[in-house]
Formats: sequence, C-alpha cells, structure tokens
Amino acid sequence: MQRRSVIGRVVLGLAAAVTLCTLGGAPGARAEDRFITVASTTSTEDSGLFKALLPAFTAKTGIAVRVVAKGTGQAIDLAKRGDADVLFVHHKPSEEKFVAEGFAAERKPVMYNDFVIVGPAKDPAGVKGSKDVADALGRIAAAKAPFVSRGDDSGTHKAELALWKAANLDPAKAESGQGWYKAIGQGMGPTLNTAAALEGYALADRGTWLNFKNRGGLSILVEGDKRLFNQYGVMLVSPAKFPHVKAKDGQSFVDWLVSAEGQQAIAAYQIDGQSLFFPNANEPGV
Amino acid sequence: MQDFTQALATAVEMIVTLDTGLLRIVGLSLRVSLTALLAATLIGLPLGAAIAALRFPGRRGLAVTLNTLMGLPPVVVGLVVFLLLSRSGPFGVLGLLFTPTAMIVAQTVLIVPIVASLARQTVEDLLVEYDDLLRVTGAGPLATLTTLLSEARWSLLTTVLAGFGRASAEVGAVMIVGGNIEHATRVMTTAIALETSKGDLPTALGLGIVLMTLSLLVNFVASLLRETARR
Repeated sequence: MQRRSVIGRVVLGLAAAVTLCTLGGAPGARAEDRFITVASTTSTEDSGLFKALLPAFTAKTGIAVRVVAKGTGQAIDLAKRGDADVLFVHHKPSEEKFVAEGFAAERKPVMYNDFVIVGPAKDPAGVKGSKDVADALGRIAAAKAPFVSRGDDSGTHKAELALWKAANLDPAKAESGQGWYKAIGQGMGPTLNTAAALEGYALADRGTWLNFKNRGGLSILVEGDKRLFNQYGVMLVSPAKFPHVKAKDGQSFVDWLVSAEGQQAIAAYQIDGQSLFFPNANEPGV
Repeated sequence: MQDFTQALATAVEMIVTLDTGLLRIVGLSLRVSLTALLAATLIGLPLGAAIAALRFPGRRGLAVTLNTLMGLPPVVVGLVVFLLLSRSGPFGVLGLLFTPTAMIVAQTVLIVPIVASLARQTVEDLLVEYDDLLRVTGAGPLATLTTLLSEARWSLLTTVLAGFGRASAEVGAVMIVGGNIEHATRVMTTAIALETSKGDLPTALGLGIVLMTLSLLVNFVASLLRETARR
C-alpha cells in the first residue's frame, strides 16, 4: 500500500483542492445565477464605462451583466452564433446589417464618443491642432511616419479605414503602406502600447485614451472633426432566431440603457472631469 | 527599473491587503487549472503507462501523436473548444461557453498530451528494469500498469507539475472560451492581458508576480509532499 501512496495522495490532494476552490467560489457564483451575456467592444470595457454603469443596473433589477469585450466585428460574430443575449457595439452599417439579417428586431442608439488621433510630441507629420482629419492622415502618409492600426475588424478599425478612404489613401494595401503602416490585429490598448513604443500615430476612441495609463510621449494631436464621431447602438439578439436568448432580462438591459436613468448614468461617467460618452438615445437618426 | 519596483510594490500591496477582486481571480485560476490537472492526471497517467508497457496496434503512432500534441498552441485549442461549445456548434445546447467548465475542458485538452507523453517516457525508462520481473510474475495488464505507475511516482510528480505549469500559465485558450468576464471567468492570465491592454503595466506585472508566487507555493507544497513521503 505504501507504494501507491504518493500518486494516491497527489490525486486526493488535487481533488481536495478543487473542492475547496469550488466551495470557496460558490457563494459569489450563486448570487449571480440570474445574468445576461453582453457582447460588446473593448472600448466600453477598457474605458471603464461598464464598471461604472453595470452595478447601477444590477442593483435595480437583480440581473448581473457578463460582458465579453471584443472588437465590434468579433462581437457581432459572437452574437450571430447565438453566444450573447445583447449586442452593444459601435458601427452603424454593421449593426443595421445585423438587424436586416434578422438577428435582432431593432437597433437603438445609445450614446456617442469621438475618435482622436494621438501621436508623438515631436509630431514628424506636423498634424498637431488640425481640425481636418483627412488632411492630417494625408500628411502622416506623406511623411511615412509610423501609424499603428488596429487591423482587427473592430468598429475603430472600420472607422479608421473609412477615414483613410476620405483622404483618398489606402495604406492597408502593402505597396502604399510599406514600412510605416502597421496593422497589428489587436485591441485598442495594445495598439496604443505599440504606438507609444514606436513613437507613432494611432486612431483611438477618446474613452480608452483617457483611461489609458502607458501613454509614453503620446498626446492628442487631432480632434474635433465631425467625421471622428463614434455612435454606439444596442440590440437584443433575436429570441426567434435563438430560443435560448434571455429575452426578458436582455430587453430590460436594452431598455435601461436608453431610459432617462441609464442615459444619466452614462453622462455621469467622467475621468479627470471629462465625460467619456455622451448619451443620445433620443436623438433621431443616429 | 521604476516599472519593476512599482510592479513589485503593487504585487505586495495586492497580497498583503488580500484584495477581494484578486482573491476571486486567484480562486478561479486555481479551481480551473487544478480541476483540469486532476482530469488530465486521471486520463494521462494511465494512458502514458499503457502506451509504454502494453503491446497494442497503433501504439507507436499514438505516442508520436501525443508528443506532437504537446506543442498544441493554446489559442488553437481555445478556438476548437469555442467552436464546439458555441450555441451554433455541436455542443451548443449545453450552454457551456463562457463558463469555468469550458475553460476546464480547454485546459484539460491542452495538458493531457503533456502528462501522457512525459508519463510514457518515464514508464518506458523504468520498464527496462522491471520488464523481466513483470514477465516472471505473469502480471496482467492492470497489475503491470499500477506497479509501474507507483514505482515511477517520484518522476510522475514532476510530470504532474509540468502539466500544472502549462495550465496555469496559458492565456490563449481560456481567453477565447471563457471570454475574460469579470466576476465570472476572469483568471490570472486573462486579467494580466486585460491590464496590459489598458496600459496599466505595473498592475499587469504585479499580477504576474502574484501568479509566480502562487506557482512557487504549489511547487513548494509538492516538494514537501515528496520529502515527507520519502521519510
């Protein structure tokens, strides 16, 4: 018997440890039995908005919200597979397509924030203070200054591509962006980390930027152009398409976001006295 | 250097104050990785020993396959398990995606090849000594496996620790199948990835130090176990 003891003990020890961890974790898990899963974007998570917003909703309704934060493209894909109850993203054309394809009954506008172009203090392309984002991008391209792109099919990435298009440029093509345009295929934070390390430019949503700590020598160089406007929309994933979708609780969350109370909570979220998101659920056509 | 001192200070602060958020993350990390390790040990040790000691068709191929699978990229395992557990996948009805169970499944898949392969090698080496004895005593397959496994127990402890190391250190698989959901599926490694993406490098590195401390503790306990059992 002595011989078997070690392996037996390891297995027993493991089993005991697992049981302990499970029991220890259980009370918290039980309190969250009622929950919905929201597919959303890294900007809402990385900016800290959800941390400020969700407790108020959970306190009022008893519904916990589990956020899976991905790029807009990935978040939509998750919702299309039926792996989320609510989709909360920022790329209106994709959202409308999502509704048109029957994955949601309706899309509701929630809030907006804006994009900014951040870059190094020495500003080799000379774009600081520009109010014309297309012109600024043209100058960055002409200077062949490093530009770090999300390159991950996120809402921010799609917005960036649209802005390059407005500047009549296509640096994502290898021959035109060679050497200076770097599509890294990652979230907003890693993109900013890379831009800081390379002393390059990047398009960022203001929320993530304000909450971002590793800025290095980067600062906001271009802001205020209307084309930098960034609208967020929310929709309940269609329970007709996916019967397991938690329609009632998901709808409560959607309704709360666009209610006076939810809108106020969004406006109240500030960093250093600056609002990060501006509620506009009642504005027509956004 | 300032980054590192700040990270160390953050780590010490998190440990000393027993930050509840941290405790929760650490608890889940241990629960997921230890459960996966338990499953992988129960599957991997007998499997490895069987390949080493028993004669059956396809056993060489199985050994080579397991060796290859030791190099499985976590992100690929994550993706495959994700596709299987997704609501649109074959096991979607179970509703397991974005739960700790999904993370346990992914990590188990990831470390079974490691435990099995290392166990196979250990037992194979041992077999050189014991082959004759086992043949003379005419031990059946089950007796052969239990004898070999218990004789190899010290080396197998290291095998199990290697499995734990791989499970607790990987981020790719649990990120995809768990979703890094706060209070639900956030573990040490995904929390580190999140803090890094927020640009909060000292906190990220601090969490890394906590993770290594934890790993050190586990290995220390294992070493104590070995010492006392030997006596």
